[in-house]
Amino acid sequence: MVTITLRYTTRGPASGHAPSAIVGVVASGNLEVLLERALPDTVCAVEIATPVRGYDEVWQAVVADFVERTSPGGLHISINDGGARPDTVALRLMQGIRMMEAGR
Amino acid sequence: MTDMSNQSAASRDSASWFLASARDRLAGLLDPGSFVEFLPPSERVRSPHLALFDLPAAFDDGMVVGRGRLDGQGVLAAAQEGQFMGGTFAEVSGAKLIGLLRAARDNPDLPRTVLLLLDSGGVRLQEANAGELAVAEVMRAIIEARSAGVAVIALVGGRAGAFGGAGLTAATCSRIVISEQGRLGVTGPEVIETNQGVEEFDSQDKALVWGVTGGRTRRLIGGSDAYALDTMAGFREAAVSLLGNPSPFDLRTLQAEQDRLAARQQRLGACDSPAALWATLGVPDPGAARDMDDEAFAALAATVKGTDHDAR
Repeated sequence: MVTITLRYTTRGPASGHAPSAIVGVVASGNLEVLLERALPDTVCAVEIATPVRGYDEVWQAVVADFVERTSPGGLHISINDGGARPDTVALRLMQGIRMMEAGR
Repeated sequence: MTDMSNQSAASRDSASWFLASARDRLAGLLDPGSFVEFLPPSERVRSPHLALFDLPAAFDDGMVVGRGRLDGQGVLAAAQEGQFMGGTFAEVSGAKLIGLLRAARDNPDLPRTVLLLLDSGGVRLQEANAGELAVAEVMRAIIEARSAGVAVIALVGGRAGAFGGAGLTAATCSRIVISEQGRLGVTGPEVIETNQGVEEFDSQDKALVWGVTGGRTRRLIGGSDAYALDTMAGFREAAVSLLGNPSPFDLRTLQAEQDRLAARQQRLGACDSPAALWATLGVPDPGAARDMDDEAFAALAATVKGTDHDAR
């Protein structure tokens, strides 16, 4: 297993009030994303556990793009990866943000 | 706004049970917003073994447990995630389910109904010993809960079916709900083929696999108590129809179950194909019954003798 930890400073806090949310399933080509409102308003940390080696730069690019688009301040995001493609990762991250906004 | 929420409720109701995740099934089955999860993902109660195999763990170990309401009545519920490691029984996922069942057994203040949303091929091979123990303990916990007056209802309609430990678990439940897509058995088709050869059972022959293990045959031979459409609303309706006073779990129920199984063996034991089985049960045209839509099949099943009984 590879563990990748990324940390960002965001423009502001993520919207919504849900304390946590989970999307996706750990399955082949899929991943689960757990989002928790647990950090200062302008900090976002992303922890990725993946069995697939050698894709650190791709993860960095996908997550950086997500942070730039959504400003997920205050969120601690944990990912269990089942070998998902970058577009699936981006989709799940966006789903997670929507769930945090919905306050479910 | 009202239109939108009506629309989203309607689309949730008609969503496929077969394709849904464990969490989506719970959300679609139970009264909206009523589910409270025990040991949620944020607790990170994960398998300690998978890392050894370089496999990713899941924050809930593929088992979602908690309480909620169904049609206004309190229920406890457990859902297996069939897509994670095949929804398998393992140390942590097993312990979560056992804990829920024992809580029901020991606390009369908790809901007297447990819904088991099974979706599993059996024991997780990477933690096989712990998984086998979990299956045994789950079966014991179900029997003990039933003895204490708790109704345990299995819902089978996921992609992994209910085989191995999940099949055994279903067999110990008070009642079983199944859909056409659901499969129920002890030894899975691939395992039979591997051990006995393709002449014995061709696991690639989907019509044969569903003919033998699938929801329609299970319903007709009395292997399930309610037939559900493959939707959230379908499973909800079927589960609600089984709520209420469970038949007491006592010697009489067990003897009735034994008699039912003996009679079934005598009546159907000589059948060598699903079609012969259905014909013996009194289905006029087994081929047509296999292809008819769910509503028509549910009506047909209601006319077949022996599907409904007080045993189990």
